[in-house]
Amino acid sequence: MTTPEVRPAAISARGWGWRHAGRSRPAVSGLDLEISPGERVLLLGPSGAGKSTLLHALAGVLGDSGAPGAGDDADADETGALLIDGAAPRAQRGRAGLMQQDPETQVVLSRLGDDVAFGAENLAVAPAEIWRRVAEALDDVGLAGLPLEHPTSALSGGQKQRLALAGILAMRPGLLLLDEPTANLDPAGVLEVRDAVGRCLDKTGATLVVVEHRVAVWKDLVDRIVVLQPGSATESAVLLDGPPDRVLEQARDMLIAAGVWVPGHVPATRARAAGGADGQGAPGQGTGDTPADPAAGGLLLAAEKLSVSRERPRRAGLLKGFGRIPPAPVQAGITAQVRAGEALTVTGPNGSGKSTFALTLAGLLPPAAGTVSAATELSRGAGIDPYTWKAQQLIARIGTVFQEPEHQFVTGRVLDELMFGPRQLGRGEERVDELLERLRLRDLVDANPYTLSGGEKRRLSVATVLAAHPQVLVLDEPTFGQDANTWAELASFLSELLDAGTAVVSVTHDAEFSQVLGGRELRLGAPQPELPGRMAPGVAAP
Amino acid sequence: MTDISAQQTLTTGRTHWRVVDIVVAALIAVAGGVIFWAWSQGSNLVSVPLNAVYPPLTGLYAGGWMIPAALGMLIIRKPGAALFCETVAATGELIMGSQYGASVLFSGFVQGLGAELVFAAFLYKRFNLPVSLLAGAGAGLFCGLNDSFLPWGWNIAYETGDKLAYIIFCAISGAVIAGGLSWLATRGLAKTGVLASFASRRAASEPVFS
Amino acid sequence: MRQALTLGGNRALLTRANPLAKFIGVVLITIALALSIDWVSASVALAFELLLFPLAGLTVALLWQRGWPLILAAAVGGWSTAILAPDHGRILLDAGIWSISEGSLQLGLGFLLRGLAIALPAVLLMSCTDPTDLADALAQQAKLPHRFVLGTLAAMRLVGLMAEEWQTIGMARRARGVGSHGNPVQRLKATLGQSFGLLVQAVRRASRLAVTMEARGFGGARRTWARQATFSRLDAWVLLGGILIPAAAVAAALGAGTWNIVLLGQQ
Repeated sequence: MTTPEVRPAAISARGWGWRHAGRSRPAVSGLDLEISPGERVLLLGPSGAGKSTLLHALAGVLGDSGAPGAGDDADADETGALLIDGAAPRAQRGRAGLMQQDPETQVVLSRLGDDVAFGAENLAVAPAEIWRRVAEALDDVGLAGLPLEHPTSALSGGQKQRLALAGILAMRPGLLLLDEPTANLDPAGVLEVRDAVGRCLDKTGATLVVVEHRVAVWKDLVDRIVVLQPGSATESAVLLDGPPDRVLEQARDMLIAAGVWVPGHVPATRARAAGGADGQGAPGQGTGDTPADPAAGGLLLAAEKLSVSRERPRRAGLLKGFGRIPPAPVQAGITAQVRAGEALTVTGPNGSGKSTFALTLAGLLPPAAGTVSAATELSRGAGIDPYTWKAQQLIARIGTVFQEPEHQFVTGRVLDELMFGPRQLGRGEERVDELLERLRLRDLVDANPYTLSGGEKRRLSVATVLAAHPQVLVLDEPTFGQDANTWAELASFLSELLDAGTAVVSVTHDAEFSQVLGGRELRLGAPQPELPGRMAPGVAAP
Repeated sequence: MTDISAQQTLTTGRTHWRVVDIVVAALIAVAGGVIFWAWSQGSNLVSVPLNAVYPPLTGLYAGGWMIPAALGMLIIRKPGAALFCETVAATGELIMGSQYGASVLFSGFVQGLGAELVFAAFLYKRFNLPVSLLAGAGAGLFCGLNDSFLPWGWNIAYETGDKLAYIIFCAISGAVIAGGLSWLATRGLAKTGVLASFASRRAASEPVFS
Repeated sequence: MRQALTLGGNRALLTRANPLAKFIGVVLITIALALSIDWVSASVALAFELLLFPLAGLTVALLWQRGWPLILAAAVGGWSTAILAPDHGRILLDAGIWSISEGSLQLGLGFLLRGLAIALPAVLLMSCTDPTDLADALAQQAKLPHRFVLGTLAAMRLVGLMAEEWQTIGMARRARGVGSHGNPVQRLKATLGQSFGLLVQAVRRASRLAVTMEARGFGGARRTWARQATFSRLDAWVLLGGILIPAAAVAAALGAGTWNIVLLGQQ
């Protein structure tokens, strides 16, 4: 079935440039680019090349919206011309549909059907036609099995992005703009979204422009790759332009240097020392209680028949004597050991309680049932249960790096951020210097942490936690959305820490990352909240 | 298709509310509600005894309710921001279950108005510390008056002296908590770069007193 | 908190009524009760409100779970009025600034009941009203500007996310050595820092959400509504209830001679 209403859009940029309000330098300048109707283009380039700015401009939201730097006081500056079908994007709302990275903000309304209808309503489509489009769009993205009243907050990340796609399709746009649409998703979610986009393009024939640094995901779907660079008055913003295979061949080294994930290339990482995993190699051997890694040291931390939940126990009402009702656990019966110098990778499907387990192990959440106990080597007199430790005791023993680095920022300056832990403890400031050097933060010491790039924020958040010298490091999806350079740096750095005797626990979907670290894998089963007695126990697999 | 509003925005940028103004203002109000809800979880230990001892003292933490009014205006900097944010915050409270019932909407509106009038008196051109404190005090004053003299006010039956004490405590609390903290928060936010699309992105480098 | 924003499968009769009609009813009850502080009008209204519970799909157990802070607040309000209202009648307790007389005690009791009778209709309203439907009615029928109504609705959807994020930021900061324990000053500092962290995320998320909405054509002057907000016969009954309940309460108080208009002084 084809959709005759969709008319693929043509894009034309002639000497186009944009300077955000309050900035001295333009985000994009001197862009010359022609995209024919129905073409599928992957945009690549280093951060700062203006990829997102271009997408925002094409979506018609620059200058009048929340796009970063879209000024309030006519302070922004546009040069040249950027046209869709010969007219300004802002003058033709609905001609282009934009999907951004964060799934939570790609959903507008609380009910599935309402959310899909939202865009069509804004374009003043007749109500009967809107509901026809809603049903069709939900079918196209594979969400037709859910009722229209289904709460959007109950969807997974991949489903939210597909829902966003449905909302866009219901506007019948001639141009799809995807701004790192899968960066926040697990591998299954990435494929879900990519395949849905592919199906919809085949059906509608719409033009596609996608920005994404994982090339392999989109390579087979696009028929052209454009590599952007920070342009200037004299130099073109387009560095390379052509069929995927040719561009990837010509620009391979340059793209690798810029941190782009080029297909078939695994970034070089430091190899674990003898006894550890061999860099690219298989995880270490071992089963049960024997350390997987012969070099691994003593037991530091153990989880015993652990049930985990983010909810606090509720107080029962007066009638039940104000007792405490334990929360329903997301996962139960987890048994695991953390040893010095050994990596433990926690894997499992979405909603299996991986992060919740890691937070409980790290002394940040109370166990819903079962125990987390620290060996004397780790507790050093602070008590057995990490959850009962004071914050200062905790950071010197177990360090936790959260998925969103911004959640952990506590000061307004990079250097203060690094000094914060040592100052709390009254020692260890000398390590800050080493970390600044090692994680390439030296030039950023005076910057506000929130203003850093994604990769810089990640490096900073790892450094700040390590500045307190914890013996156990817990990381929640540390490689999510990171470019290849940050990825390789992080993996190498952690392998060094492991060799130096730190225990590293990471929650990750990233198989290549866990391979570099070696060690053991703890696979958590699918969540079964209905049957608390028969929950799949977490099993430490070799 | 609907390019008229976009065109208007470019010409009437200082007073026209863009979509981003509306959504950010509303979410500030919502986040303010979450923050105050979290505060009050911990402050029951303080507030209940305070109330039992001398009820007008509760005015001293009333400023927490008025943060959205001051913060919203300091960030959005457009006419109506204080009124809008405080009304949204009150709506959020109503949805979560308010001890004041539907009257919370009117209280929110009145508190927002208190702050709005102060910013309007400075023609929406001054957003420095003294104006922020004054706006917070204005919201507090209106809050105190609302609670003491309007039919749904909780302190309507107090003796006049106690009412006066309550109103003064509210104004002080409004100035310090709503005005002062919001001003500090806006400067902090400006430094993080998240206010890039608002005129308040320069808040951190603006003079404190002029 | 997330559950508070959906009806969670509530299929009671009043969920089908127009939000605007329900809201007007609640406002009428609120105004009538606010006019007087007396235990009779408050009790009568309270009794009717309890009768409406099944129609709104609300149970006493559910109310107790969600509404006990309201009951506590009503009790505290009654207490503070009892000790601070001007005394008349026999003095029952006199301890410095505290004094409770027969008159002020009666006033305090009236206050307690009135507080509950004013708080409950709002709880009833929200337990049987979906915010999306409320927004539809406000924009389509009450003709409030749709950009503001829908922008607010979209932001409100994130309240659950904000509450979760508050908890996450708290943990993330503990992992940096910021304790939520310690002396009051340290705790205050920790809470302020956590609040700031949440504000940053709120502004970031709201900015992205605004881009999403605008990229879906939102912000123009004209739009259609996929969900038409309509009035039905049920709404006439709702409005009738909104008139009869306060009328009965006021009549009962006038009959019992306890009606006590607050604006004219409560002496």
